[in-house]
Amino acid sequence: MAAKASKGKSKALDRRDVVRMLLAKRGELLVIAGLGAPAWDATDAGDHPLNFPLWGGMGGAAAIGLGLALAQPQRRVLVLTGDGELLMGMGSLATIGAQRPRNLSVVVLDNERYGETGMQASHTAFGVDLAAAAKACGFVSATMVTTIEQVRRLRAQLRRADGPLFAQVKVAPDKLPLVLPPRDGAHLKDRFREALLGKDAYFQR
Amino acid sequence: MQIQTNNQNTMKTHWSQGLHQLFRQQGIRQVSFVPDAGHATLIGLCEADRKLRAVRLTTEEEGIALAVGAWLGGDKSVLLMQSSGVGNCINMASLLSACRVPLAMIVTMRGDWAEFNPWQVPMGHAANNVLEEMGVLVTRADRDEDVLPLAEGALRIAYNTLRPAALLISQRLLGAKTFDN
Repeated sequence: MAAKASKGKSKALDRRDVVRMLLAKRGELLVIAGLGAPAWDATDAGDHPLNFPLWGGMGGAAAIGLGLALAQPQRRVLVLTGDGELLMGMGSLATIGAQRPRNLSVVVLDNERYGETGMQASHTAFGVDLAAAAKACGFVSATMVTTIEQVRRLRAQLRRADGPLFAQVKVAPDKLPLVLPPRDGAHLKDRFREALLGKDAYFQR
Repeated sequence: MQIQTNNQNTMKTHWSQGLHQLFRQQGIRQVSFVPDAGHATLIGLCEADRKLRAVRLTTEEEGIALAVGAWLGGDKSVLLMQSSGVGNCINMASLLSACRVPLAMIVTMRGDWAEFNPWQVPMGHAANNVLEEMGVLVTRADRDEDVLPLAEGALRIAYNTLRPAALLISQRLLGAKTFDN
């Protein structure tokens, strides 16, 4: 079906360009990448031990980001996920709103589609406004992003501003080549913990 | 026979205090929960404790995801829920075994001994098997004096062997809910 995405607007953003820009010179940023395309996008920008790309657990990305942000209040945590993934765990916006972690950002790459299952329209194709929902749940800032200039501003905001922050970035519904991260979850978890906690990660009591 | 009810006046609290102390001793940093009568006292103790982060969830599966993030960041956590919540966790529990993330869960039972509400029975009855099918090590406390040692065992096996472990607290121990006034 033809969803009414971005009709008549200037060319929609390329999701890989958006993620590459957000992760450029990432410094100490900790990244959770949601199941499906966001995990491939984050890997396309450069596989990194402080990426935790999800191969399952649909609906869990934002809550994983919350647990990490609470455990590491001195580090900035970015959750990169898709519209379908966030829709499955929308309650976690309320859970984050009640905790108000200043170091957590959630960025939704919104192509208005369930990309991994055949590009079926998601709820955002019918006008569901995730940024408004995040704002209502108590996110300090929740914006809709449609231009590369806004992505540039978002990049700066993710590094400096007090959160929790939310952005819904409208991206083109392109089917891009898969760029797969390692798929062993235990390895992804261990390399993340080692990069963050050092060798102590393996000797924690 | 008198069926003990679980209103606030008759709730036993000593094991709740023991569990709170256990969390402190074992270095638990995040305690997540969906509010539940059986856990009410323990939730209150955790919320009042500035060394613990008490996280209220909208659904129990968020607690599984939260625990994964907490462990990535070096925090141990415990998830408190009622047996109805076990069903909400099934797919998210994949993360625990796929990534070998430890987590202790403490589950207060509905739908077993002297249950009043027929709609609580299907999930309560299935909770033990559902957890085991998802790779969670399950023990069950039927007597007051077993809660603390079994909870300590669940925490230790979870964090020493990097697996999910659950303690079920039976309704006989908690007191069956009734709608008598």
